[in-house]
Amino acid sequence: MSSTTNTRMAFDQALERFEPVLGLETHVELGTASKMFCSCATEFGQDPNTQVCPVCLGLPGSLPVVNAVAVESTIRMGLALHCDIASWCRFARKNYFYPDMPKDYQVSQYDEPLCTNGYLDVTVATDDGPREFRVEIERVHMEEDTGKLTHAGGDTGRIHGADYSLVDYNRAGIPLIEIVTKPIVGTGALAPLVARAYVTELRDLMRSLGVSDVRMDQGSLRCDVNVSLAPAGEPWGTRSETKNVNSLRSVERAVRSEIERQAAVLADGGRVIQETRHFHEDTGETTPGRSKEHAEDYRYFPEPDLVPVAPSAEWVEELRGTLPEVPSVRRARLQEQWGISDLEMQTLVNAEALDLVEETIAAGVDQAAARKWWTGEFTRMANEQGVALADLGITSSHISRVESLIADGSLTDKLARQVFEGVVAGEGDVDAVIAGRGLVVVGDDSTLLAAIETALAEQPDVAEKIRGGKVQAAGAIVGAVMKATKGQADAAKVRALLLAHLGVEG
Amino acid sequence: MAQISREEVQHLAHLARLELTDEETAHYAEQLSAIVDAVARVSDVAAQDIPPTSHPIPVTNVFREDVAKPGLPRDEVAAAAPSWEDDRFKVPRILGED
Repeated sequence: MSSTTNTRMAFDQALERFEPVLGLETHVELGTASKMFCSCATEFGQDPNTQVCPVCLGLPGSLPVVNAVAVESTIRMGLALHCDIASWCRFARKNYFYPDMPKDYQVSQYDEPLCTNGYLDVTVATDDGPREFRVEIERVHMEEDTGKLTHAGGDTGRIHGADYSLVDYNRAGIPLIEIVTKPIVGTGALAPLVARAYVTELRDLMRSLGVSDVRMDQGSLRCDVNVSLAPAGEPWGTRSETKNVNSLRSVERAVRSEIERQAAVLADGGRVIQETRHFHEDTGETTPGRSKEHAEDYRYFPEPDLVPVAPSAEWVEELRGTLPEVPSVRRARLQEQWGISDLEMQTLVNAEALDLVEETIAAGVDQAAARKWWTGEFTRMANEQGVALADLGITSSHISRVESLIADGSLTDKLARQVFEGVVAGEGDVDAVIAGRGLVVVGDDSTLLAAIETALAEQPDVAEKIRGGKVQAAGAIVGAVMKATKGQADAAKVRALLLAHLGVEG
Repeated sequence: MAQISREEVQHLAHLARLELTDEETAHYAEQLSAIVDAVARVSDVAAQDIPPTSHPIPVTNVFREDVAKPGLPRDEVAAAAPSWEDDRFKVPRILGED
């Protein structure tokens, strides 16, 4: 694709002249064991076309049957978003010609979504403190994901001269829910942040409901971002739709970039074209995509192979009873319980460490220590390895064991870090790593004293200084002892022994 | 008689990425008009008091337990595919896509 650079207007200037209106359509793959309409597995990253059957391959004569858990998850999500749950609704066929669906249609919901009219409150940090916005939800409906195309040849250059696509249908038929907002107005310059906060909150809500693990890196949450600019005093402008924005940061950037681009078009006397655009991670720019089919081109009609879904009031109430605490309420509760600041809470949330820290504290670890490990050392290790914090392989019981060994003097902080390195490297649990690496605190006084005497003998001038009362010089000797014991001594203890040995007051 | 115009046929053909000759367009317009006419006869018997019916049998909530089962062996899938490469279905590149 030819990559053109858009003319942009500076963000602040754009906001002085135009009022942005946002709309977000979010697709989330549900975390069910089987697909939406057949029993094929939904595991990510399997060999191509190994999780397919006559139903999801669209073979003649096959008949779909709805996954009960997918319906349940959609209703629970709808309830968590304060939606009305339809007492009767149908699936619809969305007909289009593209080989990502072998049936030539996608089963979705059209004019009868399962959930309608809800809202989600989000908080955005501003210079004047946190500000809350209510994002109104138009609808939440069920559909199925599509297959994955790999384009060979052409401008991908994978195979010279070839010009075709290869299709893997493992993803075709995985349950999706689509959450559509009403137009979000009145956000002004905060529009990019509100969009990001909304998707973040949605993600956290899905996770807390346990309806999806929401791995954005695996494409299980994808966002279409609609942006329009209304000239001052006018209610609406023409919108563009930026498809498949796949990270929280990109949602923010895509909104910002579209505001800047559209402002430049309008200021130049031009008109914004209603079109689909693609977001490019590398440049942060959007470029025009294919012209979108109009809704009537999809020739939606009720899916005759699936009977209507009619959740009883009793069922809906039963599901309402299973809703967990709302993430924002939970964060406030934990912050209060742990006695930590807004900033400290934000650090935990940004590091995606909240669940892990809560679990670790529940395992009996002090809250400060739990936070320190997860947002410090473990975050560093996870970044280094390019894995999610939760996938590092460290559990709350590892931390609880290490902390108790630190408390009784069997480990120092420094040794503890080595223990966790070993755990992450797959050397076994805490005690196995300690045994395997021979990590023990050199604790007996005679060994330490011998090392102290050696160090003093090697640095007689430092020894003199300390004797003369320059206690701060002790660091050089402690350092030498730590080095001699390969870091396996407790520095504070070495220092105390040294001062006692020289008869100097600490 | 219902009239499916040649423009409508051309529009559909474009959506399906099909190239039709003028003769084909005229031919399909005529055939599609006949099909729409045939279906429209339902209106002759369906009076105002009969609601549009998508499902003739009043059954709702037919669900399946969320249990994964093995699908088709891949060699069977491959054998049924018109064209196959690198463990995947091989299809023509769709024009106008990226």
